[in-house]
Amino acid sequence: MISRNSRRNVVNNVMLALCGVCAILTVSTLFLILGFLVYNGGKSVDPGFFTKLPLPPGQVGGGMGNAILGSAEIVMLAAAIGLPVGFFAGVYLAEFGGRTLPFVVRYTADLLNGVPSIVIGIVAWTVVVVPMHHFSALAGGMALSLMLIPITARSTEQFLLEVPRSLREGALALGANKWRTIASVIVPAARKGIMTGMILGVARISGETAPLLFTSLNNQYWSTGLSEPTASLPVMIFTHAVAPYDDWHRQAWAAGLVLLALVLLANIAARMVISRGTSLPR
Amino acid sequence: MATSAAVPRSPTIPKRRFSGDELAYGFTLIFALSIIAITILLVWQLWLHSAASREKSGFGFIASVMWDPVTDKYGALPFIYGTVITSFLGLLISVPLGVGAAIYLSELAPPKVSDTLTFLVELLAAVPSVILGLLAIFTLVPLMRDYIEPAIQKVAGSLPLFSGHIFGYGYFTAGVILAIMTFPYIISVSREALMAVPREQREAALALGATHWESTWQAVLPFAKLGIIGSIFLALARALGETMAVTMVIGNDNAIHASLFAPGQTIAAVIANEFTEATGNTYLSALVELGLVLFVLTMLINGLAQMLIMVTTKKGSAKA
Repeated sequence: MISRNSRRNVVNNVMLALCGVCAILTVSTLFLILGFLVYNGGKSVDPGFFTKLPLPPGQVGGGMGNAILGSAEIVMLAAAIGLPVGFFAGVYLAEFGGRTLPFVVRYTADLLNGVPSIVIGIVAWTVVVVPMHHFSALAGGMALSLMLIPITARSTEQFLLEVPRSLREGALALGANKWRTIASVIVPAARKGIMTGMILGVARISGETAPLLFTSLNNQYWSTGLSEPTASLPVMIFTHAVAPYDDWHRQAWAAGLVLLALVLLANIAARMVISRGTSLPR
Repeated sequence: MATSAAVPRSPTIPKRRFSGDELAYGFTLIFALSIIAITILLVWQLWLHSAASREKSGFGFIASVMWDPVTDKYGALPFIYGTVITSFLGLLISVPLGVGAAIYLSELAPPKVSDTLTFLVELLAAVPSVILGLLAIFTLVPLMRDYIEPAIQKVAGSLPLFSGHIFGYGYFTAGVILAIMTFPYIISVSREALMAVPREQREAALALGATHWESTWQAVLPFAKLGIIGSIFLALARALGETMAVTMVIGNDNAIHASLFAPGQTIAAVIANEFTEATGNTYLSALVELGLVLFVLTMLINGLAQMLIMVTTKKGSAKA
């Protein structure tokens, strides 16, 4: 009896300890990633990195100014299309829903959200690159916006639904009609949450590489327009990392550090906003 | 009712003809429908642009091991094999790790610690995959090549699974990187499922004399089973469709190898590698068809995951 109980105790302690070890292992991965990036990339992030063009293999130095600008261009384009579309679709889902159609839209949005990003890239290629006959920032922005729409729609819906019923009823009781209630009471009340969802969405797409590989392609020079092949930070990291040149690897580490810093800062900022109380006005 | 008869509609207040609600409804509806339209467009484009390859290869496409653009012969089996085996390896590592960590976070850790660690895990999920690929090339690949794979080979080298030349690039390394990419999803969804288990469930088990672990294993886990399985399917769908990190460490060999240490290829990786270099209609169309196969595969698994998570968390809005 005693031995059985002590065996149970041992099992208890061992298994609980193992769970703790799992937690430590998984969380420490994040610090390993940060540590390696800072160690390898820290010394290469200098002003030149942000302003200069990449140099051909063999030459030491240069930067990724064009990729940083290109990424900003592509992501802003994606946000300009994806955020409004996603936002209004989210408003529909939360406010105007009947029964069947919102369910279908919601389920489709979740499906679209789960489509592998490389497949999104193929579709943007068929829709934009094939008819235009060349790779362009436009195609890259389109591809990323396809990923942003379902993310924004679902997060907007979620935060609108969290607005208390009493606020709606108050506005309606004051004689406002439905769209007035939505525009001047419900959306402002959920503003913080909606913004958070949008920041997280944009942060997520700005790190995407696969949809850009054969839409915006890459460019060693400054791109002069939206209909040109355009360099982007993630694609640059990929091409530089798999190339056999040491100086390119150095640049890839620096680019990785810059990209990760941007993405993580956006994430931390967004989550700080949301954790600071619920998204109620005043 | 009598009141409606007593207070008839006053002729001085005209019936509201147009409130703008219909307009707002129609306006947002267009955007909502655009989501459905995009999804239909996506399937349609994949179907349309893979036509040449579908007509040429038929069902042989997914059954043939021959991928030879020179002779215009396309078989997807090596890529399907690579995708399945790397995802399986990834989950083999990430499921125990992730569920263990989720148990720690929901059952053992004080709320503050749990929240902080969950926040860090969610940050991990936000790391772009190309950055994980970059790290893997310069840290994980040498580590696997020089230490881990030789050590495994020393012990179990007689099995074909662990035999052959060691490159560092290959199925096994891709599996490890997929494990790192998938456990954040498993942890955050499983933790939510575990936290949704009623308190009474734990207390009853403890009151009956169960140890903390026995209560967790026998009373809490079965209750959250569907949610945990859902999180695993979600992770599987991510792993199947993951492109960049895998492309960078898989080794890019268009063949099937018995050894896990051998370089291989996945569906997403071959598309990423060959799409811009593909010449000729059938070649491109075969790559699009690979995209179609990947799409169908992930949709099936995602649909299953969404359903399982919906059943357990009953909110219908699982974190994806």
